[in-house]
Amino acid sequence: MKQFQYVRPANQQGVLAAIAQPGTKIIAGGSNLVDLMKHGVMAPDKLVDINKLPLRNISGISNGLHIGALALNSQVAEDQQVKTKFPLLSQALTAGASAQLRNMATVGGNMMQRTRCPYFYDTAMPCNKRAPGTGCGAKEGFNRMHAIFGFSDKCIAVHPSDMCIALAALDATVLIQGRKGTRHLKFTDFHRLPGTTPELDNNLAKDELITGVEIPNNNFAQHSYYLKVRDRASYAFALISVAAALDIQNGIIKDARLAMGGVAHKPWRLTTAEQLLKGKPATVATFEQAAQTAMQGAKAFKDNAFKLQMAPASITEALTHAAGLV
Amino acid sequence: MKQQELLNIPPLTEGIDRVDGRLKVTGAAKYAAEFEVPGMTYAVFANSTITKGTIKTIDTKAAERAPGVLAVFTYLNAPKVPGYQTGGDPSKPPSGGGPLKLFVDNTVKYNGQPVAMVIADSFERATYAASLVKAEYTKEPHQTDTSKVLDKAATPKGPRFADYKRGTPDDWQSVPVKLEAEYVVPIDVHNPMELSAIIAHWTADDKLTVYDKTQGVKSTQNAIAQAFKLPPDNVQVTAKFVGGAFGNALRTWPHEIAAVMAAKQVKRPVKLVLTRDMQFYTVGYRPYTWQKINIGATADGKLTNLVHEARAQTSSFEEFTEGTVNMTRFMYACPNVGTIYKITPVDVNTPTWMRGPGEATGAFALECAIDELADKLNMDPIELRVRNHADTDPENGKPFSTKYLKEAYQMGADKIGWQNRKSKPRSVQEDGWLIGYGMGSGVFGAGRGRATVKATMQSDGVLLLQTSVTDIGVGTGTAMTQIASEVFTGIPVSKIKFELGDSSLPPSPTQGGSMITSTVGGAVHDACVALKEKFQQLIGNGGTDKPDYIQVLKDKNIPQLDVTITSSGNSEMRNFSSYSYSVHFVQVKVHPKTGVVRINKVVSVADSGHIVSPKTARSQVIGGAIGGIGMALMEEGVIDHRFGRYVNADLANYHVPVHADIPHIEALFVNKPDYKVNPMGAKGMGEIALIGMSAAVANAVYNATGKRVRELPITPDKLLG
Ligand SMILES: Cc1cc2nc3c(=O)[nH]c(=O)nc-3n(C[C@H](O)[C@H](O)[C@H](O)COP(=O)(O)OP(=O)(O)OC[C@H]3O[C@@H](n4cnc5c(N)ncnc54)[C@H](O)[C@@H]3O)c2cc1C
Ligand code: SF4
Repeated sequence: MKQFQYVRPANQQGVLAAIAQPGTKIIAGGSNLVDLMKHGVMAPDKLVDINKLPLRNISGISNGLHIGALALNSQVAEDQQVKTKFPLLSQALTAGASAQLRNMATVGGNMMQRTRCPYFYDTAMPCNKRAPGTGCGAKEGFNRMHAIFGFSDKCIAVHPSDMCIALAALDATVLIQGRKGTRHLKFTDFHRLPGTTPELDNNLAKDELITGVEIPNNNFAQHSYYLKVRDRASYAFALISVAAALDIQNGIIKDARLAMGGVAHKPWRLTTAEQLLKGKPATVATFEQAAQTAMQGAKAFKDNAFKLQMAPASITEALTHAAGLV
Repeated sequence: MKQQELLNIPPLTEGIDRVDGRLKVTGAAKYAAEFEVPGMTYAVFANSTITKGTIKTIDTKAAERAPGVLAVFTYLNAPKVPGYQTGGDPSKPPSGGGPLKLFVDNTVKYNGQPVAMVIADSFERATYAASLVKAEYTKEPHQTDTSKVLDKAATPKGPRFADYKRGTPDDWQSVPVKLEAEYVVPIDVHNPMELSAIIAHWTADDKLTVYDKTQGVKSTQNAIAQAFKLPPDNVQVTAKFVGGAFGNALRTWPHEIAAVMAAKQVKRPVKLVLTRDMQFYTVGYRPYTWQKINIGATADGKLTNLVHEARAQTSSFEEFTEGTVNMTRFMYACPNVGTIYKITPVDVNTPTWMRGPGEATGAFALECAIDELADKLNMDPIELRVRNHADTDPENGKPFSTKYLKEAYQMGADKIGWQNRKSKPRSVQEDGWLIGYGMGSGVFGAGRGRATVKATMQSDGVLLLQTSVTDIGVGTGTAMTQIASEVFTGIPVSKIKFELGDSSLPPSPTQGGSMITSTVGGAVHDACVALKEKFQQLIGNGGTDKPDYIQVLKDKNIPQLDVTITSSGNSEMRNFSSYSYSVHFVQVKVHPKTGVVRINKVVSVADSGHIVSPKTARSQVIGGAIGGIGMALMEEGVIDHRFGRYVNADLANYHVPVHADIPHIEALFVNKPDYKVNPMGAKGMGEIALIGMSAAVANAVYNATGKRVRELPITPDKLLG
């Protein structure tokens, strides 16, 4: 690891001033960044530790819940308000990583975590995301974990987060602080597709800070389910994950939210399938139909063709659980 | 009546607690990398990023100028290791060829091969400096994909690997039931918790102390002594604790010799701890092996023909071989048997033994094939095995010293509830999951080697036992203490001290091949018996069997009494075939939509003679079962063959089971002594705990789903559709 400087500003102003300088990088829990630094994938000159900022709170707001960017993954997962109002988020968080990691990982860090594509991690391999122009190692290589939606010629990586899949389904908003002021982004607009700039994971500018996320109230708490299909029972990234939330009244689906993980460069909201579900009876047949709709446009590579089958099966399964049919 | 009574099995005693348990859980146990020596320096490698070719240029200037750097070694400036030049190979190759010699020339034989070694005053600085080494290569075409060169496989030299034929195995004309199936076990990489580590400290020009992660301090001592042309006594090797080894520390690897060389050159102690990803490229792995099984049987399930062929990978510079097909020769009573074993070189680092070495690979194929035959015959798989039970060793006609395999089948079947298994696959469903049962058996040779133990009764009444054996986590110290306490009845366990893991102690063999309980245990037993006799002689006639040793020493005015005994198996053993057996039972559930497999229940039964240390034996069985589950469901080292590099060289992507994958594991023991092997009647169980487990899982998955996965690991994607 290259030698670097480390600062821990006392307030937000200090952080914003520090990250405006070139070569700096925010560090929160460090569980992703330090790993990447050890692998030589990221090599900042200066780390800006934001842990002194008062961004750890989870608090009710008029139309929902505010979660600070430094709230720990374990803290959010165990929070009573989260568990009651948005159990989907709690489930998604506990499906991620391990207890030790969740005790370090923050909400902001989780959103900013980088892909787990092995070519991205190995500096001896080609990777357009790590070293633009070197080529995509995964496209013709080992791509079992890779995307089936929204990929580009330049990059076929997936976003590895579980938390973000739930937040995308729950219509969350990202609160961002820059030196010129505050801005809000829809969670689904936060992460990017790779296009011609796979080096960019999201739409946060280098000199901006995530301060929190907000989740609006909804009627999904009764009927939500996070399904994570993986190679082992815990401590593995998703082959496919599905965040399913339903508002069911008298057996009829009034409203639905669906997002998938492990399939794209960003949390993949399934809006067409959501539309299809609305007004339909909450039955397995309906769910299968929605799953088929959701798969339109999917395309697989050498090693991940199984996702074309696993993904719709998982959508059906998650919806069936959400509806309480199993 | 309970099974236990039915078989007249003596109940297991509780057994003593792990003698070093407290040291381990409090962190007081010191592993190789944890030792500190004044003036320590740290070694980090820069590794090849090409798979085959030569180094054109290597620029170490920036690395040399980096902060804290003492030296950078490459083939251009590394001092010659004297033992390398004479052809005396410092670490014995497993079979043929020779181990890689680091920094002797500019050739690159596999990706990840060290091309430079940085020595600095901290690990972090050495790591950074290593990243500054810039090499340019002349690339040559490479091949790392064993599946592409199976046709190039050849029979290794030596009688052990020659094709085996009994009767007319290839005569298929008149066989009523035939089965042919191919199986693949991928690369399984050694990933014990403790990384490979060595501290080399030259205390004089011709003397050194080494703290090493090794399964054998004596073999490491000899390897280093040979490489540096020193008398073995000048090399002191210590390995008091080993954090899991499973075979990866059976050899002295080239990087260890390099650390010793560097320490000599920089005249300071050098610590070298491999990183996790380096571990993949350095300390071996279970080799990729393709296998084919052909079975012929009568309609009522008598085996008539059995042919087992295996083709495995090795490196381009060394022949690695193991006993993959051997079990097929004697496991079942079958008149016509053939085995073929071949290896094929690819451009990778050399494979090595991994728990239950070749036998675990072979048992996956054989025990799945037997299950497939049972299915074909519509016969219970246990019934099929019992019908073909070998009462005497069909390979050599000898009687078995002991064999309670049928009892083991029964014990396991009762415990798991085998009667609930439906022979028709995919017929049980619970809560939306498919349920299946499977079993598989394992076998491994049980012998006894030579070991020397010194037993001392000290004036404070402490019985001190000393030998150089290592404890790679299995609980050797505990088992030896238990054995001694059974000879010296009356001495509390707390007064027995077993000292191990140091090359200056009396010699014991390397810990491996499930031999230590028998070999070292036998010597501990014999030394204790001899010491007791010595006391009796001292006391003279009329002494009690349990004298007050402290008083006797005081009365006779001697500070202590000791004996040093070398012992090994007796010649009678040669008239028998001796094996340990295991039978594994599992119940799995498989999700019909997502293909996810979960293990619900495991019962593993060991027929390994008298169980001398029940607690650590149970841990062995549990650990072996977990290793087998990993092998069955998740372990696979994946190489991108275009580059010849691993794409999952870390613990996030190379999956081993986590707690959530493992249900309660029931360990059962037949616990009947085999006194032909050693005076305790104990046989080894480290390997059989794993051998056969992956077949049991695969067979259970088949029973649950009707899908036969013949290529491990059985990941969810293979069970879809
Ligand atoms: C072995 C392993 C397994 C894992 N498994 C899973 C899994 O199954 N599912 C899953 O979802 N995740 C998993 N993770 C990832 C884990 O969730 C992330 O590492 C964690 O969420 C990152 O949070 P952090 O606070 O530690 O971030 P850091 O490592 O501190 O930072 C990560 C990035 O975020 C930036 N950043 C942090 N906070 C802010 C902020 N407020 N504003 C702007 N930028 C910021 C940093 O600059 C950095 O680039 C796993 C991680 C490991 C190591
Ligand atoms: S998929 Fe993306 S991250 Fe992976 S190698 Fe290609 S460009 Fe790099």
